[in-house]
Amino acid sequence: MSFLWSVFKGIFSVTFVQKAITQGVPMLFGATGEIITEKSGNLNLGIPGIMYMGAIGGLAGAFLYENGNEAPNGFLGILCAIFFCLLFSLLGAMIYSVLTITLRANQNVTGLALTTFGVGFGNFLGGSFSKITGTAGQITVYNTGQAFRAKIPYLSDHLGIVGSLFFSYGFLTYLSIIIALLATWFLLRTRAGLNLRAVGENAAAADAASINVTKYKYLATCIGGMISGLGGLYFVMEYLGGTWQNNGFGDRGWLAVALVIFALWKPARAIWGSFLFGGLYILFAYVPLSQSMQEIFKMLPYAVTILVLVISSLQRKKENQPPASLGLPYFREER
Amino acid sequence: MTENAIELKGICKYFGIVAANEDVSLTVRKGEILSLLGENGSGKTTLMNMLSGIYYPDSGQIFVDGKEVTIRSPKDAYALGIGMIHQHFKLIDLFTAAENIILGMDGKSPVINMKEVLEDISKLTDRYGFQLDLNKKVYDMSVSEKQTVEIVKMLYRGANLLILDEPTAVLTPQETDHLFEVLRKMREDGKAIIIITHKLHEVLAISDRVSILRKGRYIGTVDTKDATALSLTEMMVGEKVALNIDRPEPKHPKKCLEVKNLTCRNKYGVKALDSVSFTAMGGEILGIAGIAGSGQKELLETIAGLQDGEGSILFTDPDSGKEEELIGMDPLKIQKMGVSLAFVPEDRLGMGLVGDMGMPGNMMVRSYRSGHSALLEQKKPRELSEQIKNDLGVITPSIHYPVRRLSGGNVQKILVGREIANTPKLLMTAYAVRGLDINTSYSIYHLLNEQKEQGVAVIYVGEDLDVLLELSDRILVLCGGKISGIVDARTTTKEEVGLLMTKHGEEA
Amino acid sequence: MEANKHKEPFVRIVKRDRIPLWIALLIRLAAILLSLVVCALLIYLITHSNPIQVYRSMVDGAVGTGRRTWNTLRDTMILLAIALAITPAFKMRFWNIGAEGQILVGGIATAAVMRCCGDSLPTALLFLAMIAASLAAGLIWGLIPAVFKAHWNTNETLFTLMMNYIAIQLTAFFSIVWEAKKGSGTIGTINQKTQAGWISTSFLSDIFGNFNYSINLIIVLSITVAMFIYLKYTKHGYEIAVVGNSENTARYAGINVKRAIMRTVALSGAICGFTGFLLVSGSSHTISTSTAGGRGFTAIIVSWLAKFNPFVMILISFFLVFMGNGATQIASEFQLNESASEVIIGIILFFILGSEFFINFRLIFGKHGKEAR
Repeated sequence: MSFLWSVFKGIFSVTFVQKAITQGVPMLFGATGEIITEKSGNLNLGIPGIMYMGAIGGLAGAFLYENGNEAPNGFLGILCAIFFCLLFSLLGAMIYSVLTITLRANQNVTGLALTTFGVGFGNFLGGSFSKITGTAGQITVYNTGQAFRAKIPYLSDHLGIVGSLFFSYGFLTYLSIIIALLATWFLLRTRAGLNLRAVGENAAAADAASINVTKYKYLATCIGGMISGLGGLYFVMEYLGGTWQNNGFGDRGWLAVALVIFALWKPARAIWGSFLFGGLYILFAYVPLSQSMQEIFKMLPYAVTILVLVISSLQRKKENQPPASLGLPYFREER
Repeated sequence: MTENAIELKGICKYFGIVAANEDVSLTVRKGEILSLLGENGSGKTTLMNMLSGIYYPDSGQIFVDGKEVTIRSPKDAYALGIGMIHQHFKLIDLFTAAENIILGMDGKSPVINMKEVLEDISKLTDRYGFQLDLNKKVYDMSVSEKQTVEIVKMLYRGANLLILDEPTAVLTPQETDHLFEVLRKMREDGKAIIIITHKLHEVLAISDRVSILRKGRYIGTVDTKDATALSLTEMMVGEKVALNIDRPEPKHPKKCLEVKNLTCRNKYGVKALDSVSFTAMGGEILGIAGIAGSGQKELLETIAGLQDGEGSILFTDPDSGKEEELIGMDPLKIQKMGVSLAFVPEDRLGMGLVGDMGMPGNMMVRSYRSGHSALLEQKKPRELSEQIKNDLGVITPSIHYPVRRLSGGNVQKILVGREIANTPKLLMTAYAVRGLDINTSYSIYHLLNEQKEQGVAVIYVGEDLDVLLELSDRILVLCGGKISGIVDARTTTKEEVGLLMTKHGEEA
Repeated sequence: MEANKHKEPFVRIVKRDRIPLWIALLIRLAAILLSLVVCALLIYLITHSNPIQVYRSMVDGAVGTGRRTWNTLRDTMILLAIALAITPAFKMRFWNIGAEGQILVGGIATAAVMRCCGDSLPTALLFLAMIAASLAAGLIWGLIPAVFKAHWNTNETLFTLMMNYIAIQLTAFFSIVWEAKKGSGTIGTINQKTQAGWISTSFLSDIFGNFNYSINLIIVLSITVAMFIYLKYTKHGYEIAVVGNSENTARYAGINVKRAIMRTVALSGAICGFTGFLLVSGSSHTISTSTAGGRGFTAIIVSWLAKFNPFVMILISFFLVFMGNGATQIASEFQLNESASEVIIGIILFFILGSEFFINFRLIFGKHGKEAR
């Protein structure tokens, strides 16, 4: 009883919720980006790599800015960070797009190669940035990091628990939710969203309906990649406070891919899914278990994903399946 | 403004070294229905795919309203008012009818106003009298409903030229009649319509003019009022239809297969076969006729152990007299029971052959289990390949060349050759000559007759009634999964079989 | 009417019928050379040193000394073993990206036997037990997703991916349960004193002398030959090819597709598990969450690029490991992060993957471009 009680007390605390959300945000960015990508029929397993690229891109951009200025402005730092984050993630997504869409390389293989590359790229630049640019010390951007961490003024500390629960995060947290909601609206309510879903379901039918399949695949993959990249940025800026940790981002990129399955390819579902995953990710620390059993506990998000995958394949509900042409290349004159 | 809606000049299209269309010219006038007639594989669909932007011609010109145009994509085609309804519908299963109809179109706003869309479409469907639930998902629809969605989709896009590829192949007679009414109404509206078909009575019933293709080449165009079924057939096949297929008298026919009350459901739970009973005799050819999708595929696959069914399929070995029940068996069990059964399925590369392998690998499909070793027997399949290559005249650079890359006729020879090499007691073929040239077709008929004379029970599912009438001993007619009649092929007429094929739900 | 304008498509893509082997090889070679040029450019931009010099130190890093050569060979063998392991499943179009996990559970099983029975069992029996345990562990890890794939068509790419992380956590769990020093969280070298269950010190090394990894080499090369024979000349291999090509044809041929999928993926997992044995018993003598080190993913690329041909995989594995180890060397020489090797391998892979397009397709410029037939 006391065991359950202590778990219970831990989970229903403000700090647990806050930490769960903090863990969930990068996954939410990654998952939203991957959902948009997969809706075009591209299974981009390079997303974990792209998130590393976005992370180091944003960090490097802010670093170059802060290093060149006597009194760096946090807001300009944010702009620089976001710009370079998007640019680097776009680079990653473009590599994937050119290879799989134009050159028709195998999607799984290309994605895995991109993850190898992207993770290496992030760690390489993160670890050798000072050497390359000839600057001293660790790549750290204090001002920009603090700007990213800025909570919502007034609301966060004047509303008691409500303030701590809902208003005590940096702006990227809210952006991740807004993007996920926007993505849901886009997919369900707009013509372009309808067309995009058609491309992922049946590219030949979409083509016959005069949809430019190549354009949609490129746009979805690139925009999806950029959204995912923001997840990396969140991690280095808000979570780490503007610095690099080798392999610090860990396997969160793969968790984002798992979250896509958990969310059944619905971005709105990914919002609470990401917070749940975030909670599962840190739950071990709230359970009074031996250190070794905590490691077992860390399996939870993956085990839950497998469970969802199995259940949805058993149900065979058409609306809950992966996009039908996921992973397949499209070549119009194929016979 | 010219009277011609579309004009094609000297269109050529190649796939690898195969000419699908060579120097084809064609015109369609406004306010007319043109039938594009030709045998399977004569290049009708390929030609129309170049109008709809799916393929791009290797050479030739296309004129719309007298102006030369380039059609590089379906988008170009729509902009020119050309809409094509493919044989395999290009619909998104997961979407509703309305969503499919507006797919890919620019609206007034980037956001979908479903209410407005539904009103717009309803105006159109009311005008032509379509029955369509716009909020129904495509995966819940019948074939005819899907076709309606496709037609509305094209009209909604403002198509002035409508191309329909084999639109009646999957429809019931009533549905066909309804479709024709709609088409006539569209003709009155001044739209040009091209129907791709190989059914002569439909050509005569609906079209104003008929253009004929043969082996990828343009043969000619005639006014329907001047044409008869015979004259069209002559143009289509290129010579008088005196097929002169041999039909030896069956010698000592013995019961080989007895099917009783066989019922079989498709994956949606609908009965594809409904209490089918018949007997196939060793030493005779039993032809099976019926419009596409009447249960032919299910019948053969159930006998071969590839589908589940209820009822009884009793196989009697004509030599030993041993009887075996085949219901509930899979191909492996049937093989192990010693039931010698050969099956040439409809989709040769999708079932029956391994496209990426050469001939020896494909010979092994039937024989790879032989011997107790874990290793494959290599020599015999190679010898068999050489033998089939020589005996049947398979044209291939080497027996190890992947069969996927061979022409349809050669692929079929390999498949039939392998199945016959097994010395079967029962030989089932589905559309054995589809897509083959006349000479290859005749060599296949010859092979079937040889088997018959050796006492094999041959089941021949065909689509060409002339061939069925001349080759078979008896003809079993399927209609909507039921047997609508079994007739003596020597005495029956084409009309009688044709009538049985469409004898839907009557006293059957 | 924009579309009515008479325009020719600038370029069209047509599938190639067949391509002479030497042209295909030439295209791939050109891609590799091009990737090396791009890498050289990048290296120059970062280090400002002569790329030729850098490549020379790469070669030095990979095969410069006897020890480095052996390291490169050892790593090649491990990568090759994993690539071989996933190939049968892969050929069946079962996307097993769970090699990482299968290796880890194989490693855990090996380590468990080494720890428990290292002192009690005679050497031969000990090895048998280790091998059997590693095979069984990998087999089970592969079989779980395969069962679901075979019966309910559960997406195997995502399933096997998740299984990796479960295996990683399992490894983390044992790292603590078996930790060498309280609180270190690492197992440390297993059987440091007795060296029981170490391939290099076992009775076999008397035969092969001082080259510790020569046994790995022989084992993996034997698996290569065996896999080639298995895929090409056995009934199982034939079934794999048929199922991979068309499931309907497989059913037509009387192949039990479900059983074939489960059997093949189980085999695939078992060999991965065996690789875990090679890693633990044959080189590291310990196990940690980074024992597989992403090689399960790289191996997929190796198998794919080799078009499932085991002998070609030797070359590709060697090339990738060579480049990787070389890059690690330059990284340390120029005080750069060792991830440089992943960046370089990534770039090379991009070029090779892209080059496949020019092998499979042909470009035609302008509308009436004559097709050479």
